[in-house]
Amino acid sequence: MTPASPLDSRLNRRALLKGLGGATAAFAAAPLLAACSGGTAPSGTAGTAGTAAKATSLGSGLSDPVPRSAIQAMVDAYKAKSGATVKMNVMPRAQLVDNISSYLQSNPEDAITWFAGYKMRYYAAKGLLAPVDDVWEQIGGNFSEGLTTASQGDDGKKYFVPNYNYPWGFFYRKSLWTERGYQIPATFDAFLALCAQMKKDGLIPIAFADKDGWPAMGTFDYINMRTNGYQFHLDLCAHKESWDQQKVKDVFDHWKALLPYQDKAALGATWQEGARSMTGKKSGMYLVGSFIAQDVTDQAVLADLDFFPFPAIAVEGTDAIEAPIDGFVLSKRGGSNKAAKDMLAFFGSGAGQDAYAAKDPSNLQTAKDADTSSFSELNRKCAAAIAAAKNISQFFDRDALPAMANNVMIPALQGFIKDGTIDTRNIEAQAKTLYAAE
Amino acid sequence: MSLMPQTSLPPAADAPAEKSAPPARSLRVRRLSGRDRLVLGLMVGVPTLIQAVLVWIPTLLSVGLSFMKWNGLNLADIRPAGLSNYTYAVQDYPPFWPAVAHNIIWLAFLALVATPIGLLLAVLLDQKIRGTRLYQSIFFAPVMLSMVMVGIVWQLVYARNEGLLNNLLGTAGTPGAVDWFGDSGVNLWAALVATTWRHAGYIMVLYLAGLKGIDPSLREAAAIDGSNAWQTFFRVVLPAMRPINIVIVVITIIEALRAFDIVYLINKGTNGLELLSVLVIQNLVGVGQVIGVGSALAVILLLISLGPIVYYLVRTFRRAD
Repeated sequence: MTPASPLDSRLNRRALLKGLGGATAAFAAAPLLAACSGGTAPSGTAGTAGTAAKATSLGSGLSDPVPRSAIQAMVDAYKAKSGATVKMNVMPRAQLVDNISSYLQSNPEDAITWFAGYKMRYYAAKGLLAPVDDVWEQIGGNFSEGLTTASQGDDGKKYFVPNYNYPWGFFYRKSLWTERGYQIPATFDAFLALCAQMKKDGLIPIAFADKDGWPAMGTFDYINMRTNGYQFHLDLCAHKESWDQQKVKDVFDHWKALLPYQDKAALGATWQEGARSMTGKKSGMYLVGSFIAQDVTDQAVLADLDFFPFPAIAVEGTDAIEAPIDGFVLSKRGGSNKAAKDMLAFFGSGAGQDAYAAKDPSNLQTAKDADTSSFSELNRKCAAAIAAAKNISQFFDRDALPAMANNVMIPALQGFIKDGTIDTRNIEAQAKTLYAAE
Repeated sequence: MSLMPQTSLPPAADAPAEKSAPPARSLRVRRLSGRDRLVLGLMVGVPTLIQAVLVWIPTLLSVGLSFMKWNGLNLADIRPAGLSNYTYAVQDYPPFWPAVAHNIIWLAFLALVATPIGLLLAVLLDQKIRGTRLYQSIFFAPVMLSMVMVGIVWQLVYARNEGLLNNLLGTAGTPGAVDWFGDSGVNLWAALVATTWRHAGYIMVLYLAGLKGIDPSLREAAAIDGSNAWQTFFRVVLPAMRPINIVIVVITIIEALRAFDIVYLINKGTNGLELLSVLVIQNLVGVGQVIGVGSALAVILLLISLGPIVYYLVRTFRRAD
C-alpha cells in the first residue's frame, strides 16, 4: 500500500517547482515587464494627423466615472467648437502613472492628462514632452503667476496646460468652531495654543491619517515651506539641497510640536477615516486637500465645512499654497500636430474648463475666465486662496522623484509619526543613490 | 529505497547518437520512430524554451541590472554601478533589515504555529468523525478564496472601530481600542494570524492525503506492540509520512519567503509589515521604480530562496538515483 506516498511527493514536487518557477519569473521579469508594458496604446494617430489636419488624440488617466465623463464633456465641447476629431484612449490612472516612461516612448496619444511638478519637468528635460509655448501665447493671460511658473520646465519653456487644481489646507466645521469660540490662527504659536485648547475640550485637535503613507507628506510640505520658504522646498524635493542640514531638522522640530495634537491612530487610518473624524466633530480640524468634499455625502455637513490656510511659521507668511494641478501635456509627436495644440489652447480657456467642471464640480477651474458662478462658498474660498498665493507647490510625490516619495519618505514619515525620530542623514544617503540613478 | 519502481531510465537523450552505435544498443533506440523523436523533441524543447524565456533570461537580466544604474528610459542611460545597489540595500535602506527580520519571524511562525495547526487539523479530521468532509471544506476554503476576499474578511475583523475583534473585546470606539493594522507592534502578528488561517488549511489537505496513504496495518502492529496513541503517531505514523514532511518543510520555507499578498493588502507593506518580497515589488514596479536597487533586492531574495530549493532538489534526486 505504500507507493501512494512517493507518488504524492512527486506530484507535489512538480507543482512546487512550477510555483517556484513562476515566483522567480515574476520577480525577475518585473523590470522587463515594466519596460514592455504600456506599449498598448493604439497606433495610427500619427497617420491620421498627417492626412486630416483636424484630427488629434488624447490619452487620459481619468478613469473614475465622474472625471471620465467630465473629460469626455471637455473633449466633446472642443469637437463641437472646432469640428476636429479626437480619439480618446482612457486607461486606469495607475496604469498611466506607473508606466508613463514606457508610454511616452512607445506610441502615445498627442495630448495626455498629466500633473504639474517634478513629474512633468523630469520628462520634459528628457525630451519626451513637446513645449507648448505657442499655446501659452494664446492662453497666458488666463493664468495666475503661480500657475504659469508651475507649467514651466527646467529650461523655462512651457510644457503644461493646467486644467483644475485643489488646495490643501485646514478644513473644519464652522458650527463646532462657533459653538466653542475658536478663532482662525494666523501664526504657528496661535495655532499651537488653539490645539492645546481643543485638547483640553476633549477633541482630537488635528485629524490625521497616514495608513497609505502619502497624506503625511502634506504636513511636511507645509511646514517646510513655512519654515524655509517655497524655493528651498522645491530645491529639496528636486534634491538640489541636502536633506542632511539644520533647515530640514528645523522642519521636523516644528512638526514635533504638532505631533501630540495629531490623531494618534493615524497609521491605521485612511484619509477618508480622518475626514469622518473631523466631520463627525471628534476632531477639530483636518489638513487635507479639498477633495475631502467628495467624501462628504451629507449636504448639511458640506455646507458647514470651511477652510483656512496653514498658518505662518518663519518666512514668507502664507504666500505659498499646496494646490496640486492636473492638466495636460503634449507628447513629442503631439508637438507637431496643430490640432493637438488647438485642443490644448481650448482646454486652457474658461469655456473648455467649464465643460469639465460642469460634470466634476469637486475641483476648481484654473483659467481666470472660467465661470465660477456655480461655485459653492467653500469652492470660492479655496479658489481665492489659490489666486492669492504667490507660489503653488504640487504635493511631495509630484514635486520630488517618485521613488523618493514612495520608497524613502513614506517609511521615514511613518517612523517619525510613530516615535518622533527622524534620521536626516540616512534620508540624504538614500536620496543621493536614487537621484543619481536618474 | 525499494519504493522506487523504476530500474532504468529510457534514454531519449541517446537518440541522436544512434548512427554509429553498435546494433545491440541501437535496437532499443530504433524503437523511437522519427515521429517519436519529433514529439519528444517538442515535449522537451517547448517547455525548455518557455522556461528560458520566462525564467532564465529574465533572471540573468535582473542579475545584470542589479549591478547597473538605470532610469528605465533609454538603454543608453544604463551605467555601471558596481556593488552600490547592494550596499544601498544593506546599509542605507532602512526597511531592509526589518524586512529580513519579519521574514524570519514569518518563517518561525509558520513552522512553529501554522504548520502544526494544519497537522493537528489533519489528524483530527482523519478520525472517523461525523461531517469530516464538511470540516475539511471549511478549513480548506480560505486557500481557495481570492486575495481580495481575504483582505475584506480581515478588514472586517481587524478594523479599529467597526471591526469584529475590537467589538468582541468591547474596546471598539474607545481610546483603548487596539489599532490592529496601524500599530506596528501588533500588525505583524495580526497579519500572521491571517496567514495561518490560509496556510493551515493548505497543510491540512497535504497531510490528510498523507495520512490516507498510511497502511492501517502499521497502526495495528504498533497497537499490538503496546504503544499508546501518542507514541503511535510520533514514532510510527509521522516517520512513515517522511516524503510529505519534506514537501511541507519546503512549502513552509517558500511560503515564508514569498509572503506578500496579505501585508500588501493591509498597507502596502509599510510601517512594521516590511517583507523582502514587498521591497522587491516596491522598487521594481510602479511609481517607486529604481531598477538597480529593485534588481539587487530581487537577487538577494533569489539567493536566499535557492538555499531550500537546492537542498530539496539534491535530496529528491539523490533518492531517485
